[in-house]
Amino acid sequence: MVTIQKYVRAQSLEEAYQLNQAKTNKIIGGMLWLKMGSGNISTAIDLCDLGLNTIEENDKQFSIGASVTLRQLELHQGLNSYTNNAICNAVKDIVGVQFRNLATIGGSIWGRFGFSDVLTCFMAMDCYVELFNAGVIPISKFAYMKYDNDLIIRIIVKKTPGYFNYSSMRAQRTDFPIIACALSCINGKYTAVIGARPHRAMSVTDNENILSGEITEESADKFAKYVAENIKTGSNSRGSASYRKQLIEVLTKRGILSMISSMKEGEHK
Amino acid sequence: MDIQITLNGKKITDNVDADMLLIDFVRKHGCLSVKRGCETANCGLCTVLMDDTPILSCSMLVARAAGHNITTLEGLQEEASEFVGFIADQGADQCGFCNPGFVMNTIALLRENPNPTDDEIRAFLAGNLCRCSGYEGQLRGIRAFLDSRKEN
Repeated sequence: MVTIQKYVRAQSLEEAYQLNQAKTNKIIGGMLWLKMGSGNISTAIDLCDLGLNTIEENDKQFSIGASVTLRQLELHQGLNSYTNNAICNAVKDIVGVQFRNLATIGGSIWGRFGFSDVLTCFMAMDCYVELFNAGVIPISKFAYMKYDNDLIIRIIVKKTPGYFNYSSMRAQRTDFPIIACALSCINGKYTAVIGARPHRAMSVTDNENILSGEITEESADKFAKYVAENIKTGSNSRGSASYRKQLIEVLTKRGILSMISSMKEGEHK
Repeated sequence: MDIQITLNGKKITDNVDADMLLIDFVRKHGCLSVKRGCETANCGLCTVLMDDTPILSCSMLVARAAGHNITTLEGLQEEASEFVGFIADQGADQCGFCNPGFVMNTIALLRENPNPTDDEIRAFLAGNLCRCSGYEGQLRGIRAFLDSRKEN
């Protein structure tokens, strides 16, 4: 367990950012991962008074404050309608409701954890991270940036027309995923983002136009193999690298076919 | 640091350490139904309601809870008594250690969704671990309670 010398509820983003420049100070987020660690924190910086706990929606985008909880994401009708329920599917098996009422999107994205369902899912969207110092940057770039002392203000999801799908394989509900698979079709381009491989999520786009014509079982299968070939997997206590490759193929194919089915349903409506 | 919290309807002012967890605060103030279990935010034993939302008190600094309403099972005896008998009737209580957290989260579920399906019950209570029962007894108990409520 960490020890904390001082607790401060920042009253402005500037104050939070300045406090966060000291190496021994930490933004506590939902505190779920932080409390699993050890060591001494001089000042725990809490963003709870900054009004970052809301999801704002307009015609062009969703703006999700860093303190929005995973449970808010799970229940947000607009986000889930736009993503074909992909966001709900990404977070619904993260421990329990009580946990998801505390865990924040800011903490999940900032952590860039290999096992993160949240990072995997948002990387499949036209999504940006707004940082206090570095400004707005694509989440795909942010995912591979080094940790620094910046501060996440919000996550922006552009309402670029698209279809989405999310699935994961877990040894049991509430456990970390063995593999996570987020799929998107944005402007006709298919992308698979694979998380829990077990390293940080990685994306593969259909640059060979495997899915450019009518999508069949065969083309979905070919794309699934293409994704598995282009994703580097590793082994840990949850699964071997080769098992993960197999799972990537299964989840990708299943997800593409499900997404096509959703698209067809959408056309009929 | 000085904080003020409303615990089970009663305003409490206290001087706390910056790293004191909410679970330690509520237990210090007599709410011993709130249990420390896994220490990894997985088991749900420490469930309390903060402004009517179920949270893990083992994972929240009491300083963050300052100014909020915290409710433990001690403050919900009447609401809990409506259905805990149905749980007991199914033999779902064995060692009973998980029971307060389980009851707290069931109350939260039924407030949010008064007529849940079995799958919705399982999903909502997935964060409450029980190492004795296998969960079927609890599910049967909640179902029996919901069915009796319909009949009445």
